Amino acid sequence: MGSTNSTLIKIPNVEELMQETGFSTAHIIRLHDRFKELDKERRGYLCPRDFEAIKGLAINPIGDRIIGAFFSPGRETVDFYTFVRILAHFRPADNSRPKESSSPEPINSRTNKLKFVFQLYDLDKDGKISRIDLLKVLRGMLEMQVTEEQLDSIVDRTIQEADLDGDDAISFEEFRKSLEKVNIDHKMSIRFLR
Amino acid sequence: MPYVFYLRAIHFLMLCEILSLGYGANVGMLPKATGTSSSNLPQWSPKGDAHPDSGASTLPLFTLNYPRVQIPLEITLWVLLASFAKIGFHVYHKITVWVPESCLLISIGLIVGGIMHSVHEEPPAVLTSNMFFLYMLPLIVLDSGYFMPTRPFFENFGTVLWFAVVGTLWNSIGIGISLFAICQIEAFGVQDINLQENLLFASIISAVEPVAVLTVFEDISIHEQLYIVVFGECLFNDAVTVVLYNLFNHVAELHVVEAGDVFLGIARFFVVGLGGMLFGLLFGFVAAFTTRFTGKVREIEPLIIFLYSYLAYLIAELVAISSIMAIVTCALTMKYYVEENVSQRSCTTIRHVIKMVGSVSETLIFFFLGVVTITTDHEWNWGYILFSLLFTLLWRGLGILVLTQIINPFRTIPFNFKDQFGLAFCGLRGAVSFALAYTLPDSIGPKKLFITGTIVIIIFTVFIQGITIRPLLKLMNVRKTNRNLETINVEIHKRLMEHTVAGIEDLCGQWSHYYWKDKFMKFNNRFIRKILIRDNRPESSIVALYKKLELQNTMEILDSMTGDISATPSLISLHEERKNASKSRKVLPSDVRNMHELLSKNMYKIRQRTVSYTNKHSLPNDVTAKEILIRRHTSLRRSLRAGSFHSPHGNKASQKFLSLPVNSRLPPGRFSHAGDGDNEPEMNLSSVSSMFRHPQRSSSRTTIPLRPLGSLKVVSSSVKVVDEENEKQRGYRSSHLRSSFTSSAQQSSRSLYGSTRNISDEDGGSEHEEQESPPDPHAWVQDPQNNSDMQHPLLRRSQWPPQKPQDE
Repeated sequence: MGSTNSTLIKIPNVEELMQETGFSTAHIIRLHDRFKELDKERRGYLCPRDFEAIKGLAINPIGDRIIGAFFSPGRETVDFYTFVRILAHFRPADNSRPKESSSPEPINSRTNKLKFVFQLYDLDKDGKISRIDLLKVLRGMLEMQVTEEQLDSIVDRTIQEADLDGDDAISFEEFRKSLEKVNIDHKMSIRFLR
Repeated sequence: MPYVFYLRAIHFLMLCEILSLGYGANVGMLPKATGTSSSNLPQWSPKGDAHPDSGASTLPLFTLNYPRVQIPLEITLWVLLASFAKIGFHVYHKITVWVPESCLLISIGLIVGGIMHSVHEEPPAVLTSNMFFLYMLPLIVLDSGYFMPTRPFFENFGTVLWFAVVGTLWNSIGIGISLFAICQIEAFGVQDINLQENLLFASIISAVEPVAVLTVFEDISIHEQLYIVVFGECLFNDAVTVVLYNLFNHVAELHVVEAGDVFLGIARFFVVGLGGMLFGLLFGFVAAFTTRFTGKVREIEPLIIFLYSYLAYLIAELVAISSIMAIVTCALTMKYYVEENVSQRSCTTIRHVIKMVGSVSETLIFFFLGVVTITTDHEWNWGYILFSLLFTLLWRGLGILVLTQIINPFRTIPFNFKDQFGLAFCGLRGAVSFALAYTLPDSIGPKKLFITGTIVIIIFTVFIQGITIRPLLKLMNVRKTNRNLETINVEIHKRLMEHTVAGIEDLCGQWSHYYWKDKFMKFNNRFIRKILIRDNRPESSIVALYKKLELQNTMEILDSMTGDISATPSLISLHEERKNASKSRKVLPSDVRNMHELLSKNMYKIRQRTVSYTNKHSLPNDVTAKEILIRRHTSLRRSLRAGSFHSPHGNKASQKFLSLPVNSRLPPGRFSHAGDGDNEPEMNLSSVSSMFRHPQRSSSRTTIPLRPLGSLKVVSSSVKVVDEENEKQRGYRSSHLRSSFTSSAQQSSRSLYGSTRNISDEDGGSEHEEQESPPDPHAWVQDPQNNSDMQHPLLRRSQWPPQKPQDE
């Protein structure tokens, strides 16, 4: 674990990154180390393979979706900046930072966290969670003994509850509204990324 | 119905016990005469004669030779009774949820004790010092040590040691001194207890016991850090307590204590602790080395493990260093290497046996606690005992508070107040304290008082704290939302978020101090593994299952050379239809409730790295992981088949490939070995193939018949077939399969799922583009975590073709 300065120097634009994501120096270094670990072939970027090799993600019911969230459509690689930016979504909210109306919303704001989750559902990126999206996700999260009919009725109910404009799909606003009582910051934060 | 039968059996058994005791007492063969009162039971002469008055020449028709089998018989009956009790608890499931098993065992013990007391019997003198220290304690400790999850343990090593060692010292000394202060007050009448004896008592009651606590922790999914700290603390705490106990015991017998003695005591403490660890390490390595050569004698592998652990314990006892540390360290070191060397079956056997003897030991001790509570003469002293209880609680609370404040800055995940409360409250006392108190030498004056005090404290903590832990922790952790008001939406989304966070945490990997760990792992790979591990490695059940699935898949593809893809309607189109059909379906409120229930029962729980692994009363299982793997497998197959239709998943499907981790060095015998799904009966070959026959509730029925993999010879021969295919990389008829292997010198034996390989149909009019990944051998990301947990080494690969040497 070399001196912090030398590692930081190796990462270009690190100041900008820290400013944008809010991570501390120590965290950036740790993330960089982790990135290097995952990037076994030392190419400087990660591809889906590298993610899939992580055991925890393999046995996670939505592991593949999580991996997919790192890759913007069309791209096959993740560089360090994207990596850190996405992980920044999981920082606990920073209440001490002064809220300036001119600066853009921080990455770990409630809205952005919700957008991240929405993205996990909405794979075809049409801006809505359709029945099919929901069905797929639910199927992945439920054990094998749930029947098709039960699944269908759950999906029906889910859409019915959230869908306010009757288009049989859940848009981002409807999604956000349905989760208004939930403490997203608590649920979607990782303590040690503070 | 079975309940009634069970009760009768219990009655009968207890009657047997009492009778046997009575008889035993009469014959007077008890190893330690506990002042047997004369019994009223009929006297039986050792050899009952058919004709009692005749001379010595007649041949007796029926003889009874009790003394011969007395000791084993009594032990067997007691253990059986305790086991019945355990079985009985689980008859009614709800009990064990609310009342920890230790409570129930003590209660049964109390009942039996009561019965025995009323017939004026003494408990069997099974619980002697030797019996406990030489037979029962090592088993309990081995159980705890072997199932310790090593990775989180080492991550939190500092904290664990800190709490265990310093915490116990703090407790003992604090309680001892305060009790000594109390003793000075004349009103309580215990002035004769001097400082050493107080310290001795204090050291006895500072031994913390994890059993009840851990079961509660699992159920409410407490976070991992807390879990591992409690677990580790209890383990090492035992070691420290025993050391202190011996120390103070020795000191208590000296009537004059000089300053030099104190320093010697402290020095001895370190010698004992570290010496124990070294011994343990030594034995662990030797055991691992031995298992390297047991390839041909699989049957004795479990025996070797036990012998070495026990040997470590005994030799440590011989030189009077901490035997608990020795056996724990031995188990920890051994486990990692041994589980690679021994066969799958031996591995299972070892685990089962360790769990079994550990739980029997524990059960027996709690049971005896109950019995002894009633049957010994107690010496009661209100002041002393109540104050000791008070001080126990107080000092533990204080201790945790102070110690946490000191160590929090050094931790990457600091403990907040809820954690601290949990830690403090979960300091239950149990088996070890009781045994230490009971086996105090008689030269200690207030021995009876100490025993009484210990029993009171144990019963208080186990019953009151044990029963209230669960509701309290739930109260502190759970949000106040009423479940029924929560919509289905929210429930699903919440669970999704939890899974996401768990996944990202795994992505981030371990977050602390891996510098030393890294160094150690390098050293490990370079030297230690070469020496200690044999080449052919067994596979875990998940790996075996995965291989089976892969092979079946391969077979299927080989079968389906005619390319029967078009027959499968995709998931999407069917649902389009259904959607149009049921536009406006009404959902009733009762349905909603059912849905909630359905969801709560059937949604996968978040992966619990430690918790599911260390359930005190059962072995770890990985059914969930398997289900997920199987499902992913089938969905991949399905998506490959349905690749002709544009699925929204298109991008991903084309990128994810199936793999075939075939180890060419694997002899056929190995395969049959792995194929004998030992501890996962539900995952045997026929069920797996049947699962594929009906690729479940999805509508995409594959019309490809599955050729059942009849005998495993077929499997192994197909392995060879696949190898040959590999040789000629291209141009093979239907599919070309490539596997990637990593070299055995690598640590990758423990690495992971996540394979990208290409299975494509050459013909079959594939409308889906052939996704060719570049033909370089892939290196697998090695999860740097010390995956010594055998349950999830998902795949093991060897490098093929071995042209690119993997360097660290």
